[in-house]
Amino acid sequence: MQIMLQNLKRTYGTLHAVNGISLFIPSNTIYGIIGKSGAGKSTLVRLISLLERPDEGEVHFDDSRVDNLDKASLIQRRRRIGMIFQNFNLFSSRNAEQNIAYPLEINGTPKAEIKARVEQLLSLVGLDGRGKAPISTLSGGQKQRVAIARALACNPDILFCDEATSALDPQTTHSILSLLKEIQRKMSLTVVMITHQMEVVRDACDQVAVLNDGIVVEQGLVTDIFAHPQSEVTKDFLTHLVGIDETSASDDQMVHWSKKRGAYTLRFRGGTTDQPILSKITRTTGVDFNIRAGGVQKVGDVEIGTMLVDISGTEEERARAVEALNQMGVVVEEEELV
Amino acid sequence: MSRIWMLVFDSTLQTLSMVFFSTLFSLILGLPLGILLSATSPEEQGGIIPRPVLNNILGRIVNVLRSFPFIILMILLFPLSRLLIGTSIGTTATIVPLSIAAAPFVARVIETALKEVDPGVVQAARAMGSTNFQIVRKVLIPEALPSLVSGVTLTIINLIGYSAMAGAIGGGGLGDLAIRYGYQRFRGDIMFIAVVIILVLVEIIQVIGNKISAKLLARR
Repeated sequence: MQIMLQNLKRTYGTLHAVNGISLFIPSNTIYGIIGKSGAGKSTLVRLISLLERPDEGEVHFDDSRVDNLDKASLIQRRRRIGMIFQNFNLFSSRNAEQNIAYPLEINGTPKAEIKARVEQLLSLVGLDGRGKAPISTLSGGQKQRVAIARALACNPDILFCDEATSALDPQTTHSILSLLKEIQRKMSLTVVMITHQMEVVRDACDQVAVLNDGIVVEQGLVTDIFAHPQSEVTKDFLTHLVGIDETSASDDQMVHWSKKRGAYTLRFRGGTTDQPILSKITRTTGVDFNIRAGGVQKVGDVEIGTMLVDISGTEEERARAVEALNQMGVVVEEEELV
Repeated sequence: MSRIWMLVFDSTLQTLSMVFFSTLFSLILGLPLGILLSATSPEEQGGIIPRPVLNNILGRIVNVLRSFPFIILMILLFPLSRLLIGTSIGTTATIVPLSIAAAPFVARVIETALKEVDPGVVQAARAMGSTNFQIVRKVLIPEALPSLVSGVTLTIINLIGYSAMAGAIGGGGLGDLAIRYGYQRFRGDIMFIAVVIILVLVEIIQVIGNKISAKLLARR
């Protein structure tokens, strides 16, 4: 199921929460939508999950327009959408299997069929035998697994993940993301992940749209965005990602040789750099590089290198060095000196 | 002596019957009203079908009824009792004003309990394609059940108090006994017995209510 958004707008009072968003989310992918709080993510997700109607613009699932459905068709359409949340939003009055059974109950599935389907779903999310567990006895990761099972109960074509890993620790996040990727492949789902965590985009998404102030500032393949971030917001997210990796124990950690950040951030794609770029440039332009930090991140199958460096030399020499770097496919961002 | 105990026994039965039926009828009246109050409230307060005007009108009616002194409400409702029961005196007739007096209280208690349900859970239910009726029946009421039980407990206890007051204007029951024998005929012993029984009733209801509520919570 592909999703197309045309010039979506939603205003609350004077706040333009979503201010003209057009996006194409292809079928059978994991699509990330990243933005800071207040960027319009929550509103956007409410619009595309049909919980709210846009003031202007259209939402299309495949070839049918869905933002103007009447009440009855809207309820039917929502039953073919799965959704998981940051706070899981499970029913505390029901145990794990009763939670998973809920969407089947409300669309009138026969009891025997529900029982079989719930067993199947519990095993799909790796919770065999925990069906009778009250929700309060489950860990965060287990709760999200129950929520995923519940979201998938009616064989949806779309799965929305609204900050689904934001309340989880890094390890649990990792296992939930792997589960989502596995399920996406198995069920050929279109998964839309709304998040403020660049790690989630890096680890799970094929494509991404970056949101800021209610508009899309950048979109494309995750590998491209990581290698060539265009907007300030995206660069900021990537910088933030470096910061997070500093403290986490993930294997693509940045190594810092110095507490001070470099004045320049170099980004390059693995494979394109099979040559001694820095020493070459040192020789041709006469500048010196002081490498303060460096690391490699795996984005999908592509490795993206990041290096924080200082470049010493005259202004002219530095400009020539930056140009030479650009020519060799390295993206250079200069810290603004205030 | 045995005549006194017969009186006490009869009065206790009358009180129990008044409290039981008025609880039942006040729930029948108050439950839909409470659901309506919560459902029509603004979205940010958890309303699933926000209707500000209707909500405002209902809220005002409930407030007026709740702030009405009970004894005056009873007198005002004598004609209604006569219409429904055929008389305005006696235990059965008293059930009418008791139910009507307690209904707005029940409505508020239920409204409050339903509003406590996590809005995220309601959003999830809606996103899964629940109808409004399904949200109320399968999400709001089960999720709020422990608070609903506490609310009903509170209602029953209030009704025990109200039913004693109703005794003063010909309603029968333990209140009537305490006033007619204890107060008007200076029988302090009868007054004492009536009051003790009322206290014991309240205590029993409170303990049972707490037990059920705790049991529901323990299963979560």
